[in-house]
Amino acid sequence: MNLAIDVEGLNKSFGDKHVVKDLALRVPRGQIFGFLGPNGSGKTTSIRMICGLLKADSGRGTCLGYDVIRQSAEIKREVGYMTQRFSLWEDLTIRENLDFIARMYGMKNRRGAVNDALEALGLAARRDQLAGTLSGGWKQRLALASCMLHQPNLLLLDEPTAGVDPKARRDFWDELHRMCEQGMTVLVSTHYMDEAERCHQLGYIAYGNLLALGTARELLASHGEPNLESLFVHLMRGAQDVFQ
Amino acid sequence: MSVQAPSLSRWIGIMLKEFIQLKRDRLTFGMIIGIPILQLILFGYAINSDPRQLPTVVLMADHDRYGRTILWALRNSSYFAIDRVVQTKEEVNALLAEGRVQFAVTVPENFSRKVARGERPPLLVEADATDPSATGNALAALGNIARNALARDLQGPLGVLNPGPDPVELRVHRRYNPENVTQYNIVPGLLGVILTMTMILMTGLAMTRERERGTFENLLATPALPIEVMTGKIVPYILIGLIQVAIILGASQLLFEVPLLGSIPLLYFCVFLFIAANLALGITFSSIARNQLQAMQMTFFFFLPSMLLSGFMFPFRGMPEWAQWLGSVLPLTHFLQLVRGIMLKGNELPYLWPHIWPIIAFMLGAIGLGLLVYRRTLD
Repeated sequence: MNLAIDVEGLNKSFGDKHVVKDLALRVPRGQIFGFLGPNGSGKTTSIRMICGLLKADSGRGTCLGYDVIRQSAEIKREVGYMTQRFSLWEDLTIRENLDFIARMYGMKNRRGAVNDALEALGLAARRDQLAGTLSGGWKQRLALASCMLHQPNLLLLDEPTAGVDPKARRDFWDELHRMCEQGMTVLVSTHYMDEAERCHQLGYIAYGNLLALGTARELLASHGEPNLESLFVHLMRGAQDVFQ
Repeated sequence: MSVQAPSLSRWIGIMLKEFIQLKRDRLTFGMIIGIPILQLILFGYAINSDPRQLPTVVLMADHDRYGRTILWALRNSSYFAIDRVVQTKEEVNALLAEGRVQFAVTVPENFSRKVARGERPPLLVEADATDPSATGNALAALGNIARNALARDLQGPLGVLNPGPDPVELRVHRRYNPENVTQYNIVPGLLGVILTMTMILMTGLAMTRERERGTFENLLATPALPIEVMTGKIVPYILIGLIQVAIILGASQLLFEVPLLGSIPLLYFCVFLFIAANLALGITFSSIARNQLQAMQMTFFFFLPSMLLSGFMFPFRGMPEWAQWLGSVLPLTHFLQLVRGIMLKGNELPYLWPHIWPIIAFMLGAIGLGLLVYRRTLD
């Protein structure tokens, strides 16, 4: 099996707080992997470790074939990471933001790529608007466009649709599936169960531990729950009993 | 329409919140303690507006009695530390230009004989007057020192010479600044002070702004290298610095008529080095500070000793040795020497070098520290 992410035993502590414990994750190429779990469960930390923004305390593994501990520079070049909080420059225009990101990745056909992205986004008309003046939905689309600009092989999306309206969310997920069909791998964290249903695989994390792993159907069957929402609550209750 | 009455409990709530936030910000808390201590020590111990033991060179053409008497008197006044004796006028000029001595005393040939004959021989005292505040008190005391020194010797049969005109003719040359214009000293100094302030502050804020707004995470996720980020961010501020220099130099010519004797390219070379050193420090502060407020506090913490210990506000040689040592680490100290050297003395590179390499060393140190603390990850 061709794996985009293959890590095991990843640990991360901040001070005396053990945020991620022995994380093992295998995500095949071309799949959408949904990362579920309550707030503060270690999702963001896990994602940052995979893309090299945080150095794992221990553990090993590969991301797109590169060593997650030692080759973070190579990983950064081929991964698109969308932060939970809007992290583009609010005092730059939409076009300036995209242009800057394109330069950071040293893209050859920069102007063309930026123009294509603007067209695809439907932002061509507002290209000279400051990013800070965009509404939440548009900011999210811009952020996605910017992390897709260098045509990464793996997308790491940290709650990309938080605070986005239902229609925009659906469009966003249609887009994700389209990209997946073209061979892109996506790891996405979310709190929306309708989004979880559209993932090929789900991982459930709580208190830094990966509790369940599998397709939505498998998980529902093995836990005997009628839907993902009740599964979520069921797993969270179980985790509370074990870890507190 | 109802008017809300002010509430004491709300007011207390706001006050308490402010206290709690203040307590959380360790650096601010440190500054509250640190700034008064720093100021007390610097103002209290280091600063001395009546500098003594100023390095003095002597050119002795006459080694006889009265010449030595005068030198002893100069030494005893505690204003002049006579630590060099040279043979030629050229050596005197070089020492003054390099700024190694503050005063040069020339005792002419047949000095003692002429004193004894009542011919009132000239005693030449040259001062490096680029910093009038450093030389002022010593020069003011000079007349009395010379008069009293000889008064003791010229007693007995020669006592008749005592009243009336002085036994020697004191010639004081204020070199490089004959009219004792304060602006000649202050305006070139301000060049350094203004550059220090703006360069460190602006770059200090540059990186912390990214951190505060969350855009740093995005920058880190790209393949950008620390050295690229640090140096790339510096360039616009170098331009700003050069514009500031042009404005100050223009004003110093038009408004204050400060002479510019040396070469302008050389001046700009030194300015460029100085700007680079300050920017390197600013970027380093920026990497250490967690937010913009902390970056500003660090700037201030560095700016204060730069103002007080560099020789800008108070004469450098008036400070105790430990403070001079501390001051020599600061780039502003050397920059002041460079700017005054070029503008007022017309110095060339060989004389300037002793003040150029410390700035380069400071810059390399700051860059090294910056690269060390630049966080490549979000840890």
